[in-house]
Amino acid sequence: MARVLVAMSGGVDSSVAAAIVRDAGHEVAGVTLKLWGGETDSGCCSVSDVEDARRVAAQLGVDHYVWNLTEQFEAKVVAPYVDAYASGRTPNPCIECNRTMKWGTLLDRALALGFDALATGHHARIVATAAGPRLARGADPAKDQSYVLGVLGEHELARTLLPVGELTKDDVRARAAALGLRTAGKSDSQDLCFVATGTRDVFLGARIDRRRGRFVGTDGAALGEHEGIDAFTIGQRRGLGVARGRRTFVVDIDPERGDVLLGDRDDLLRDEQPCIDASFVGAVPGRDEVVLVQVRAHGAPAAGHVHEDRVVWREAQPRVAPGQSLVFYAGDEVLGRAIAS
Amino acid sequence: MQPIYLDHAASTPMRPEAVAALQPYLAEIYGNPSGSHRASQLAKTAIEAAREQVAELVGATPSEIVFTGGGSEGDNLAVKGAAWAAADRGLDGIVTTGIEHKAVLGAAHRLGREGRRVVEVPATTDGIVDLDRLADALDERTAVVSVMLVNNEVGTVQPLVDVAALAAERAPRAVVHTDAVQAPQWLDLRAATAVAQLGSLSGHKFGGPKGVGVLVVRDGVDLVPLIEGGGHEWGLRAGTQNVAGIVALATALQVTDARRDDERTRIGALRDRLERALLDSIGGAAVNGDPTRRVDGLLHISFPGVEAETLLVALDQEGVCAASGSACSSGAIDPSHVLAAMGLERDRALSAVRFSLGAASTADEIDAAIPIIVACVERLRVAAA
Repeated sequence: MARVLVAMSGGVDSSVAAAIVRDAGHEVAGVTLKLWGGETDSGCCSVSDVEDARRVAAQLGVDHYVWNLTEQFEAKVVAPYVDAYASGRTPNPCIECNRTMKWGTLLDRALALGFDALATGHHARIVATAAGPRLARGADPAKDQSYVLGVLGEHELARTLLPVGELTKDDVRARAAALGLRTAGKSDSQDLCFVATGTRDVFLGARIDRRRGRFVGTDGAALGEHEGIDAFTIGQRRGLGVARGRRTFVVDIDPERGDVLLGDRDDLLRDEQPCIDASFVGAVPGRDEVVLVQVRAHGAPAAGHVHEDRVVWREAQPRVAPGQSLVFYAGDEVLGRAIAS
Repeated sequence: MQPIYLDHAASTPMRPEAVAALQPYLAEIYGNPSGSHRASQLAKTAIEAAREQVAELVGATPSEIVFTGGGSEGDNLAVKGAAWAAADRGLDGIVTTGIEHKAVLGAAHRLGREGRRVVEVPATTDGIVDLDRLADALDERTAVVSVMLVNNEVGTVQPLVDVAALAAERAPRAVVHTDAVQAPQWLDLRAATAVAQLGSLSGHKFGGPKGVGVLVVRDGVDLVPLIEGGGHEWGLRAGTQNVAGIVALATALQVTDARRDDERTRIGALRDRLERALLDSIGGAAVNGDPTRRVDGLLHISFPGVEAETLLVALDQEGVCAASGSACSSGAIDPSHVLAAMGLERDRALSAVRFSLGAASTADEIDAAIPIIVACVERLRVAAA
């Protein structure tokens, strides 16, 4: 038996995670993080979600605490998120939250309190290998969250349990219903907890002077004006509001001039993807090794070779927006991650 | 394992006398006190007896006692009610302090959004309202001055007599309200609240039930009610009274008053023992709030290098119930506005824990709690290093 702290968001996945860990005979306490108390508190940290988590913990007969990490969340997740958009990059705030909040402050506190492990409701698996613990894709391909956990290293993986990663979402809901948990029918959380769906430009506009500028074609032609570079991501196709007579993509952003460069899909294709901050769970893959590289939370990975500062694609791939995470896989196993530059 | 309960400033166990007094009013005497028949008369008589009892204990007349739904309601009725009533006289100023309970601050902020001038006077670092700044904030158009009697976080006793004197001199048309919610266990309310025209109490802070309180409204003070309806409680608080709660509150206040001196001496010695032991055993530990001007049961202490939020979980896992800051409705701990208003530096504020002892505290509990607290602080400091 171990002492396990379960991060309970108030959703069905972490509710079932707590139940599974408890039923495995571990001594369990639950904790809910209050991360965001701002004007758009709509998602994973509202009071009703805290209440759901508390009620589930009570139903399971385990202690439950609430930690207020709003100041840290603002400094380590929200501010960098805003800065990234302001400078023409596209951040992954959920990954930063996992790195700095859940497997940062929360894991540190859990270990300081004498807990042996942290459990969450993420859909991914931790597999034991001869080389050490490794992260792998969850059993439900449609719900796999290994991408957003790509930042976890051996230190974190050795102290983490992901009990619902072995289940499909339907299994999770069935387990919750069988246990009579109030969260059994709760819908999945969507988007960011601190930005209401479809209001990113409003959120950013309240925090930064938006960098207005021009739309420019790949041939240098002026194609109109836009309200701010932060509204755009490299590779974006929807919501451009520009008629070019054919499918049009954002192919580059020039934060200095405020230009958003528009072109065709082919204009996005690259043989290499530069990156920074590469880190690996175990051995660094050799340059000859073929790895699968996933560039967004739900998207098919592409094959390539990992170099220190870039990925060399086997076949040309669309450019990845700077700031996005590249997560490297061998089969289902996560090898590491880097940030597109 | 029975928890060691060191959070009496948050709530107290009901005194057995209050539990006993309440029992007949749950099932046997259930009439509506506003009715005319015998069943109603029994309930009405019980309320009026409780009103007389409370009046005597707080140094008021029965007509000056308004039973409320608790401390927050009393604070809101006092601050908003007095401000609204003063509007006819052209008064628009609200002067309060930055260390008030959120019920007072929330009411003041609401009035601010309605267009009134609101000043929150800060405290000095010892946790006492800054009287110079208070004097500066008062003027001829001040409607309400609200200063608490005992601070709920650091336990400091505020100089209400001086506040009232300043108000009389500089804001002669203002009414003075005091949130006395934390006071009954420690101060004789007859003397302590005499200078205020309005004073709020909450039953569960002195061995009574939750959800019932008192607002003392001196004769002649105008209030606009928050809840209107059948004219209950002198037209200031409509709604059928919580008969059982009111009877139990009065009994708890009676017992608290009768035992106050003895309990203060006993609890004060326990608090001092706890404080001495923690200061001796934990390097860098520092007490917050003027130690010579705080109530006997409260120890507010910082352990630099330790996050209070984590320490509280460690203590709870070992069976010690304590608190920090002010818990919001979600159970999360908000950074303390009181410590901010006192100008405490950040690390000291974020590492501060409140241990509050009460009538139920025992020497055995304190002796058991000391090594647990020391060990938890040590462990978290090692982990943070």
